[in-house]
Formats: sequence, C-alpha cells, structure tokens
Amino acid sequence: MSAAQTLVCLRTVGQENPASLETYLKLGGYAQLKRLVTEKVKATDIISQVKLSGLRGRGGAGFPTGLKWSFMPRYFDGTKYLVCNTDEGEPGTFKDRDIIRYNPHQLIEGMAIAAYTLGARVGYNYIHGEIWQDYEIFEAALEEARAAGYLGENLFGTGFSFDLYAVHGYGAYICGEETALIESIEGKKGQPRFKPPFPASYGVFGKPTNVNNTESYTSIPWIMEHGGQAFQELGVANSGGTKIFSVSGHVDKPGNYEVNMGIPFAELMALAGGVWKGRQLKAVIPGGPSTAVLPASAILGATMDYDGLSKAGSSLGAGSMIVMDETTCMVKTLKRLSYFFFEESCGQCTPCREGTGWLYRVIKRIVDGQGRLEDLDLLTDVSSNISGRTICALGDAAATPVLSFIKHFRPEFEYYIRHDRSMVEDGLAGRIQAQQEVAYA
Amino acid sequence: MLNVEIDGKQVEVEHGSTIIDAADQLGIAIPRFCYHKKLSVAANCRMCLVQVEKFNKPLPACATPVADGMKIFTRSKAAVEAQQSVMEFLLINHPLDCPICDQGGECDLQDIAVAYGAPASRYTEEKRVVLNKNIGPLVSTDMTRCIQCTRCVRFLKEIGGMMELGLINRGEHAEITAYVDKSVDSELSGNIIDLCPVGALTSKPFRYTARSWELIRRPSIAPHDGLGSHIEVHIKDGKVLRVLPREKETINECWLSDRDRFAYEGLNSPDRLKVPMVKHNGVWHETDWKTALELAAGQIKDIVNSESGDALGVLVSPNSTMEEAHLATRFAHGLGSDNVDYRLRHTDFRHDGKRLGVIWMGCNIPDVQEMDRILVIGSNLRNEHPLLAQRIRRAVANGAELSVVNPLDDDPLIPIRHKAICSPNDMVNVLSQILKAVSGLERLSLCLPKSLSELLEGVRVWDNSRDIALSLTGHGETVDLISPRSAVFLGNISQYHPRYTEIFSLAEAIASLSGATFGVLSAGANSVGANLVGAMPKAGGLNARAMLESPRKAYVLVNVEPELDCHNPTLARQAIKQAECVVALTAYKSEALEDADILLPITPFTETSGTFMSMEGRVQSFTAVTKPLGEARPGWKVLRVLGNLVGLSKFDFDSSEEIKNEIFGGEKPSAVVWRTLNNNLRELIDVEIKVRLDSDLQRVGEIPQFQSDAIVRRSPPLQKTRQVVKAVLAALHPEQMRKLGIKEGERILVRQGDGSAILDAYADIRVPLGCVRIPGALPSTAGLGDLLGEITIERIPATQPLDEAIA
Repeated sequence: MSAAQTLVCLRTVGQENPASLETYLKLGGYAQLKRLVTEKVKATDIISQVKLSGLRGRGGAGFPTGLKWSFMPRYFDGTKYLVCNTDEGEPGTFKDRDIIRYNPHQLIEGMAIAAYTLGARVGYNYIHGEIWQDYEIFEAALEEARAAGYLGENLFGTGFSFDLYAVHGYGAYICGEETALIESIEGKKGQPRFKPPFPASYGVFGKPTNVNNTESYTSIPWIMEHGGQAFQELGVANSGGTKIFSVSGHVDKPGNYEVNMGIPFAELMALAGGVWKGRQLKAVIPGGPSTAVLPASAILGATMDYDGLSKAGSSLGAGSMIVMDETTCMVKTLKRLSYFFFEESCGQCTPCREGTGWLYRVIKRIVDGQGRLEDLDLLTDVSSNISGRTICALGDAAATPVLSFIKHFRPEFEYYIRHDRSMVEDGLAGRIQAQQEVAYA
Repeated sequence: MLNVEIDGKQVEVEHGSTIIDAADQLGIAIPRFCYHKKLSVAANCRMCLVQVEKFNKPLPACATPVADGMKIFTRSKAAVEAQQSVMEFLLINHPLDCPICDQGGECDLQDIAVAYGAPASRYTEEKRVVLNKNIGPLVSTDMTRCIQCTRCVRFLKEIGGMMELGLINRGEHAEITAYVDKSVDSELSGNIIDLCPVGALTSKPFRYTARSWELIRRPSIAPHDGLGSHIEVHIKDGKVLRVLPREKETINECWLSDRDRFAYEGLNSPDRLKVPMVKHNGVWHETDWKTALELAAGQIKDIVNSESGDALGVLVSPNSTMEEAHLATRFAHGLGSDNVDYRLRHTDFRHDGKRLGVIWMGCNIPDVQEMDRILVIGSNLRNEHPLLAQRIRRAVANGAELSVVNPLDDDPLIPIRHKAICSPNDMVNVLSQILKAVSGLERLSLCLPKSLSELLEGVRVWDNSRDIALSLTGHGETVDLISPRSAVFLGNISQYHPRYTEIFSLAEAIASLSGATFGVLSAGANSVGANLVGAMPKAGGLNARAMLESPRKAYVLVNVEPELDCHNPTLARQAIKQAECVVALTAYKSEALEDADILLPITPFTETSGTFMSMEGRVQSFTAVTKPLGEARPGWKVLRVLGNLVGLSKFDFDSSEEIKNEIFGGEKPSAVVWRTLNNNLRELIDVEIKVRLDSDLQRVGEIPQFQSDAIVRRSPPLQKTRQVVKAVLAALHPEQMRKLGIKEGERILVRQGDGSAILDAYADIRVPLGCVRIPGALPSTAGLGDLLGEITIERIPATQPLDEAIA
C-alpha cells in the first residue's frame, strides 16, 4: 500500500491474519466500545462527535450519519434494530467486501457502538450473495466477538446487550436499497417500500431501524478514538474523513484505496498506477454506474470529495471509480450498463420496470446497427421520464448513465448510428493497421 | 383537521388523509390504477403523480399524506407531464387488443389512456408477452395485459385472507401468478375481476358473450345468503349475462361473494321450467296454466275437504320472497292448516312458542367489524357468509379476538385466538363449560337461576373453554379493554343441530352474562323475513321436520327441492312419494321433484318483484330485472290465483307491493322490524348435558356453499370449482381412518337410519375424532338422513358388487 493512503476502515490490511480478533485487539480494537459502554457515555455526546466528524453515508447517498442517528426515536417501547448494508451490487463496487474480508471486527465494533448509542437490541449485517467466502469470514468474526464478550447479553457487565447477525442475500442489486433490504431481511421479496415512513420510524418488522453502509459503521471506532474533529480534519469541508475508492477499469493497479477525502483525482490515479498500457484517459465514472460519467477533461482537475465531484458534474456515490481509456466504445459501454439496470429493476413501479427495458432495447438496437438518429432524443426523454418518478432511487440510477453518456459523448453515438460501427473501433482499426504496417516495414 | 388547496380549491380533511383522499373529497379526478380505497397503498403504478409546492419531484397522491397548508396541483404542467410519461410507460408493453378484450369499454387503462395517452406510440421495440395462468373456472387470465398494479394480490391477501396470487420475478419479467399448479380458490375470487384495472383478469363465464355497452344494468338483491348484498344484474336480449356488485358500504361494501356473482348462470339453465306440467299415470305432460292451476286447487281442496286442513303441509324456501312466504302461509291458514314452515333444514324446534320475537343477527353488519371479541358457534363462516367472514377478518386484523366452537376445524383464514373443536354431540357440553366459566368470572353464579346453577354444578371446565370465556369477557391474556364490544353468533351448523334449542339457550346465556351481542346468522336470503311473516306453525301445527316425519296427504312446495333443501333427504323423498297430491311451485324441473304431481313454473328473483329481509333486519324490495322465461310467473301471482281458486277471501293482490303493505300493516317496514326483532326467550329451556359416547360415529353435514339453493346448484362455473369437486367425499380424521381400517380414497358405505350412500373416503385432520364430514344438499348424499346424526361406516371390498354392498 502506498504511503499516500490513510487506513481507517482498512486498518488491519497488511497485518498477519487481518480478519482475526487477535489482530484487531492488537491495534486497539474494541477499546472504544468498552470505554463508551462502561463509562456510560451519553448517546447525545456520541452523536455530536459523529456529527462533528463530518461522516456522510458511504453507501452513495452521502447523507450525514450523525443527523441520521438523531432521527432514531429515543424512547420506544419495543425492540429497535440496527442494519448494516453490505449489499454493494453495482458494477465496480467492492469496498465493503474488503472491509468484511480484512477488518470485520471494526465493523462489528462500529455497529455495537451504534447500537449502544441508538438503543438497538438486535442488528443485522446484510451481505450480498455473490461473496460467500467473505460472508463466512464475517460469520467467523461474529463467533469470535460473541465468544470474547463483545456481542450478546449484558456486555462488560453493564446491562447493555446487543445481538448481531449476518444475513446474506441472493444477489439482487435492488436489495441494496435500504427498504428493499429490510423487506429481504424480513424474508419477503426484495422490493423497496414507499417512503415515508422512513426506517427510523418503520423499519425491520415495522420497528425503528437505523440503516448505514458498512464503511460508515466501520469509521465509527476511529472517530470515537480520535474524536470527530480529527476525522473531519482528515478530509475537507463537507467531506470529513477518509474514503475507500474502488478503482477499476483501465488502470495498472486496480483495487481499493483508502485515502483522505478531497484527494486530487490525479493523485488517486497515480496510486492506482495510472492509465494502463500508456494509453490516454477517455472518461471516468467516479462513483459507480449510477453516477454520471465524466470525460477526461472534466475530471482531470477535480478533487475526490462530495463537493469536488459535484462541481465537476457528477457525484461521489460509493467511490467506485471506473476508468476508461481511449479504446473504450461508449455506446457499447452504455449498452452494458443499461442491461444491468434493466436486469436488476425490481419491477414494482411502472417507470423503472417499463423504462429500463425500453432504454436497453433502444441502445442494443443502436449497437446492432439498427439505430436512428432520433433515438438519442428518445433515450434522453425516456431517461428523464424515469428520473424522479419512481419509488426508490434505482430509477434515477438507471437514467443517469444514459443521460450523461449521451450528453458527453453524443458524437460517438451519432457516428455509430450513421455508420453502424463504433467510432472508436474504426479509429482503432486504423491505428492497429498502421502499427502493423510499421512492423512489416 | 387540515386545510389544503388542490388546484386552487380549498378543502378541509382529516389528519392522516392522503392527497388522493382530499382530491376525491373535492371531486378532482386524479388518474390511478394501483390505488383502491379498500386496499393497502402500494404506490406502484405512479399514475397519480401530482405536483406539490416546495417539492421538486412529483409525488404519488395515493401515498402522500397531506400537511396543513399544502398546495397541490393535479393539472399543472409538471403534474401532467409526469402522468403522461407514466401512461406512456404503461402502454409500451400493453397489447393493443382492445377490440378483442372483454374489458374494452369498462377499462381503466383504456379510459385514462384517452385522457393522458399519446395518439401514437414512440415504442418500436418488441413487446412483452406473459403466459396465461389457469386459476380456475371463474376468472380468466390474459396476463400480457397485466400492468402489475397488484390490486388482485393485495385483495386476496388483505380481504380474502390468503395470498393466493403473488408478483414473482423482477423487472420486466415480473408477473402475477398463483402458486405452482394451484387455482385461486377464495370464495371472494370474483372481486379481482372488478379490481383489475385492465383486461388481465376477466370473468370466465361472461367471456366473449357481450360488450359492456350492450348491457342493460338493473339493480337487485342477492338471494343466496342472509346478507342481502346489493347487486347489479346485466342483461342483454332479456337474458342475464352477468352480475356485479352494487356498492353498499353498510352491507357488501364494493364486494360480492362468488356465489352471489356467478350463481346467475343457473338462471339460464336448461332445467328451467317453462310451462306448467302435470303427471298423469306416472307420465309428465305439459299443460296450460288454467288446467294446471285448477287441477292443483281442486286436488288440494278435495283432500282438505275430505280429511281436514291438517292433511296439507306447506314448505317454503327461506330464499323465497316475503310476499311468497306470506301468501303461502295465508294459503295454508285459509285452508285450515297450521302446517307451514320455512326452516327446512332445522331439526330442533323446541323453542317454538317460547321466543319473544323474530330471530336475527343481533346487530348490524358493519358492527361486526367494530367488535373486540367474537365467538362463533357452529359455523363454516367462509361457506355460509363469505362477506361477513371478511368483516370478521378485518375486525381481527384490527385487534379483535375470534374464538370458535365448531365440529369442524376449517380454516376461516382468520387467526383464531381460542377454539374448541368437538363432535356435534359435545357442543352443548362445551357451551355449558363456557357458560360456567363466564358466570364464574363475573361472580354471577349465585344470580343464575337455580336450575342453571344446578345444571352447571357438575360441569368440568376445560382449559380451552375457559380461554374462550376469558377472551369473550376481556379477561384473557390481552387485558387491554375495560368492557370489550363482543358478540356471540350462531352459524348454520348450530341451527341445523338436533339440540339447537339448548345451543341457542346456552349461547344466549353466555352472551347475556358477558354483555355480548347475541345473534343468529341465518342461512337464507329471507329467513328473517319468513320468520317475520310467520311462515311457521303457530298453534300446534307441524313444523318442517314433523311434516316429513308424519307425512301429509297434500303438500305445497314453494321453491323447494325436497331431497336437497330439507334436513333429511330420505324422509323428504318418502313423504313426497306417499302424498296424494304434491304441488310444486318451482323455477326448475328437477329429479328431486320427480315424485310431485303438479309443477307450476315460478320465476327466480330476476323475473319477479319482491322483498327480502336480511339477517340484520333490513327490508329490501326489488323489481324484476327481466321478463319471465317462457310461461313462468312470479310466485306471488301463482299463489294468489291458487288462493282465489280454492276460494280464499281477501286474496286479491294486484302487486307485490300490496302484499308487502299487508305484511307490514301499512306501517313503515323499519318500524315493524325494530319492534319485532328479539332474540330473547320467554322462558328457560331445559338443558341436558349429555356426555359423549365414544362408540358413536357422528355425521357432520354442512351445506357446501355452492349447493345452498336451486339456482346455485345449477351454475356450471360454480360447480366446476375445486370446492365442489372436493365436497362429495366423506372426510375422516386420519386416526379415525386407521381405527376403522379405511384407506385414503377407498370406497365406503355410509348408513344413516334407513338410508345409505357410497362415498370415497379421504383423510382430513380438520374433522374431529368420532366424526365423519359428509356434506348435504348433494345428489350423492341424498340417500342419507339428517345433516347431524349417528352413522355407521362399512368398507366395501373392491371385489364386491355395489348393489350387493348396499343390500
């Protein structure tokens, strides 16, 4: 790992047996939980530290975590629940996987602190179905934590009890939507609920529930240890702390990089080894396919934080940065992305169910050489009609790539429609031919 | 109250109202598909998106609660754009097959598309195709037309009590389907046809018979149960083609049971009797009205003159109108006979003469939903009163506790708090226990009449009986009510019970001591009305049972198929056979009337005017919705002429209204009704608590819901349902089968009294030990006796010829 990283959530990476309790304890693990619980630190004090830290929801929406925690009803006659969302299912997202693979105990500690703060008795970590091995690692960590007295009844003899369970999904992207995830935990079909009511008042089994992303919970022990101010200072204004960027695509060293918020794009690219094969950068999807694509020109000067990417015309999302070099055909890329959203729509509400299929079919038709120029306006129009009119955010997620790809790369789409061929591949063919000619000469 | 403004109009709405509620209140039409006022909010169709001030996104009106001062725009550019875009999405995969779709002309999608749809589609890709599902003989599916609004799913789950349909798969692959290889068997299934906003679910019997705009719609009253549901009969060329619910919030809301909805097919049955018929030397001949009536009147008069009025027995169906029951009663009285009765399936009449008034359900139908505690004794609720069961289901969903005492452990699809499932013989015992527990709890045992105290002294109270008592009085495990609103209802199985009188008395006592409403859920559409007109013996005449046990020389049957409508088919057949003259006023030719002598074709409810009085005492008159078939005539007219021909005075009614006036003495019906309804008894009935004899094998006979009357029995779609297929078997507890050495599916010979029947045995854990469930009102069980009574069972060796086994 490069020196430019700041390891908060991936603290144990590089250690021997990183996922073990022993390793975590060696790094000071569970000390914060013990301190808060045994010293009976007031919930309001904890929440104000979280607010101070500037921690924002790492699942993609970026909602301030401290504020979310303050929505949980303080006095409630019944069980309150805590849910961790480890259902990252968008192409290019793989940060939460590494947290439960390398540092599961910090997540457990973070959740236990949240449970103590919010008065939750039971917690669930919902892990997506494709990472079975990592799910098993997390289950093993839970067993360790239970045996060591960090989970269960009457922790540290204080009367505070918290049971945490791992739940695995079966690979539905929609179950990453918090209310669909709750439905899935309840054993129902994963379909988003209409909000309001929000989970804080009507969550798992209809009870008050706090749902946060894995990375958000995992940041909590560090914040408790060093204080909210220190966490905030790791980052920049409006974007406190560190962020794990899952860098994939056309870079030399794809992988997870935990860096300070506000890191310039160029530095993050340098960490990931830069564009591979000495090629030119063409475009970047900075936060995962549900965030807008940015052409190289727009992102080169940007900083990687909520405001920085917003200024550049996209958003931070879950920090799933997909890098595309000059050989990428944007039409075919969009076809693949649209297929994903078409296939993963839950089908509950009309615009997304009908619209994602429409989008995919039109783009596929273009790729198949049957495109019409008016299709581009149609795609834009259909995307806009989905956006903002659905029960959950998946509708917007499906619309964003279409709108941004066509906005930034319209000529490439028009070329494809006119010539029934990819502009990039045409250019590429010419260059390869030229190279071959040089070689034979 | 909250003040909101919609499209510039102010409206005041209650807290918790949604935008769509407020708009509906103002009469502002917001297009919708998934929203239905009686179902939970799904907000999935997105058609009702509206613009709300201060929100940058359009919001679904159905799911957005209003806030004070909210400004809503349903026709603004943003709102209409959103609505139009949803409309476009809904249409891209919807087939353009309106010309061949049964929903055409009454289709929400079609109507709303006219207002919000574009003239041409921008969608040029392939359309989705979804395979159809076979969900039974009542509902036809065209699933490609489905817009996934999930109204049907939510109805079956929330109102029907069982999620028989569901939305499976994701995205565009999402489709509505039943369980694998299962049909939708809800007794309320037809309502999903009305709920479906497109042509995905349509009526199978009605399919392709007419376009909705060709139909004449006339209001009527459903004649198959005591609820008195409001219906709309749709007619083309004088023929009833379908029946739909007519909204009546206090009775059937916007629903209809399948029996009320699909029974109409029986009106067009080839069995319909079109001309009078007389039997001469054992051969039936068609004849004209004059001949038939004169013959009938002459024969009856001759018998009465040569013997006495007592030689005549008059049996009236509880589904006949008040007017018919009244004239039949007057006809009997006029000829000096007190032998008239409508309680055809009752067997215990000991409280005749001891009642203070007309027996009714004790409260109004909507009250059921408001109850906190309900005890139902001897009823297969879903069979008997599907829509009342639905009200109880909703009461329970809102926190009420339902307890049952029943000889069958049938699932009412309602969570039951406590139950006592016992053999019919034990019901009196169980009720005594509950009474004892109730009186003990209330510390009132000392106040009980001495006879009752003594009676209860020896009763040992079982745990579940005590639990039922505790629940009823609000002293159970959920003690959250100081004085619960509670009700005790007697169902059909209680009413047909050989110890109905004791069950009635004990239930009344339980209700009185626990402060509960007490009522009887009577079976027929006009049971209460027939009671009110006095269609039963007054001064020592014979009741329905006695009229068969001591056969009469002459019978007049009004709407009765003796083998199927009377308590004991064997006795009924014998009585009719031996009689010298049987005049049957009937809408149908029937094997059950083979032994009659004169058949007079009368019209069913669709072809006559008349009045039904429902079990809640509601007097509902209706008019004919179509012309009589063939020579058939309204029952009241036929009775009137018969009365004239035998020379009765004051029998000159020119309309059914005149008869109704006579019934109510010119008063307002409701005045008479409220003076008359009374479930209390004049004096105590002797109760004997017999301990069960384990050696007895008891028949538990109920009337299957699609066998309840002559019309229903002739409705082909209802007869094709799974309920009916299953109904003709003999069901025993598996343990009982093992004891008797009977295997599943084996043929058994059932003997009851002089009669017998051969039935297939099947195992059913819902039947208590010592009991065999054998339904009545079926040709296959018409060889047996009472619905409840002792039987014996013999195995039939596969090699033995059937004739030999029976002999």
